[in-house]
Amino acid sequence: MELTNENVLGKIIDKFGIDNIWDAVNPDGIMTFQTTRETIIDLIQYLRDDADLQIQFLTTMCGIHYPDQKDKELCMMYQLHSLRYNYRVRIKVFFPISDPVMPTLTNLYAAANWMEREAFDFYGIIFTGHPNLTRILNIEEMEYHPMLKQYPLEDQTREDKIDTFFGR
Amino acid sequence: MEQFRLKHGLALTEERPLTTLNLGPTHPATHGIFQNILQMDGEKIVDAVPTIGYIHRAFEKIAERRPFYQITPLTDRMNYCSSPINNMGYHMTVEKLLGITIPKRAQYIRVIMMELARISDHLICNSILGVDSGAFTGFLYVMQEREHIYDIYEEVCGARLTTNMGRIGGMERDLSPKALHLIGEFLKRFPKVWAEFEKMFTRNRIFIDRTTDVGAISAERALSYGFTGPNLRATGVDYDVRVMNPYSSYEDFEFEIPVGSKGDTYDRFLVRNEEVWQSLKIIEQAYNNLPEGSYHADAPHFYLPPKQEVYRSMEALIYHFKIVMGEADIPVGEVYHSVEGGNGELGFYLISDGGRTPYRLHFRRPCFIYYQAYTEMIKGGQLADAILTLSSLNVIAGELDA
Repeated sequence: MELTNENVLGKIIDKFGIDNIWDAVNPDGIMTFQTTRETIIDLIQYLRDDADLQIQFLTTMCGIHYPDQKDKELCMMYQLHSLRYNYRVRIKVFFPISDPVMPTLTNLYAAANWMEREAFDFYGIIFTGHPNLTRILNIEEMEYHPMLKQYPLEDQTREDKIDTFFGR
Repeated sequence: MEQFRLKHGLALTEERPLTTLNLGPTHPATHGIFQNILQMDGEKIVDAVPTIGYIHRAFEKIAERRPFYQITPLTDRMNYCSSPINNMGYHMTVEKLLGITIPKRAQYIRVIMMELARISDHLICNSILGVDSGAFTGFLYVMQEREHIYDIYEEVCGARLTTNMGRIGGMERDLSPKALHLIGEFLKRFPKVWAEFEKMFTRNRIFIDRTTDVGAISAERALSYGFTGPNLRATGVDYDVRVMNPYSSYEDFEFEIPVGSKGDTYDRFLVRNEEVWQSLKIIEQAYNNLPEGSYHADAPHFYLPPKQEVYRSMEALIYHFKIVMGEADIPVGEVYHSVEGGNGELGFYLISDGGRTPYRLHFRRPCFIYYQAYTEMIKGGQLADAILTLSSLNVIAGELDA
């Protein structure tokens, strides 16, 4: 089977249903779609094990924070690659920041271990079933998750730089 | 000590006590700031707990506050052994977002610079592997060649280590006659040096004994860990971003992908050695067939104008101001672009909401992935072998911690 966005999407929807796979777009040649927390692990396992797809390489995953989207504040992005067919796919899961829980992918990919620790460290996403979910790049005593948008980089109390002078 | 073991889930043995040994964080053999708390049974490593983050500089967070141009200096501080590849990988990502195609000449210049960077990366890695196994001469010998590569960088952009030589939309300036001359000289001289270096190690009995079957990893485990680059190719998988998803005209050049079979330290050494020859081949082709034309794209909204123009022309001044202040019209979008970095697939995942700065920029850093497997690779081996495994993985602290 030739892997095209339509073929792959059709196959996944056949398997997991239209309720679980939605918003498929193609922003940069890589098919991107959304799914649910309950489906994600089964979906990635299916992509890996299906003989026609063989999407067996976890390229990267990372968290994203959208503070303005109600009940969809946090996002986890997974990007996978079929080395055999040179086909990439990107999957996103949105979930509320009040319930920042995701299932762990470490049972499928060894690479997920540190990537999930990084997402936990930066965004506070808790991966259930992770063998050692501790901070990885920041100190353990840190009490917040620094990549969240409510922690802007620059000191907001500074008054010597006024943006209005630059028309912003 | 028992409390430490319990905290990290380490095995308690009744018969004989294990020794806890700090390998790193600051020791010449750990090549940067990596800490490993080893549990030793005599000379044998029973378990290892790695700690990273000692030089974490929050580049992903900083990038969210910087206009697109000003992110380049962050990228060349990641893998500082081959900074042009990082720079250009980032530039290509932004070009993909903006939809800019750059002229052939600029692409070829990029290829030359990226391959020079790969050579300099590999020659550091391989010569340091020699140092760690007790052979210092090779290191000194090839280090002067790295100086020559840095001379070329200096001629092209003025800097030697943190190069910043590209621009979004091409190169900052064209290759000068002197730069071309230096590259030509390098192509003439370097093969002889590299052949001698190779001779010093590849059939050296002591080196072979020290590296064969040391720190081996299977292709299956390597893929599960997300290995790419020479470390994956040493296990026998011929995945190379330059071939699979060509960028910057790599499809124009003929080269081979060297692969190993066992995935041990010796294989990784050989794969890097051979890759240097292939890089030379690519540079030679690009150098001999360097197309005429412009060294940057015709995209005044995004390509920083030459400084002389800024003093003379009103348009150039306006564009310069808009680009530097981050007022250029960046489209909304989401892109992933990856390049074959010095040690594997270096990816940039960029989300733009149309603002001055990226909404999110995530680096797919190959070193972050290799170091995760380090524990598994050294378990059951000797301490001295763990040092060689680390240097053959080519983990760069700046990229690991980003």
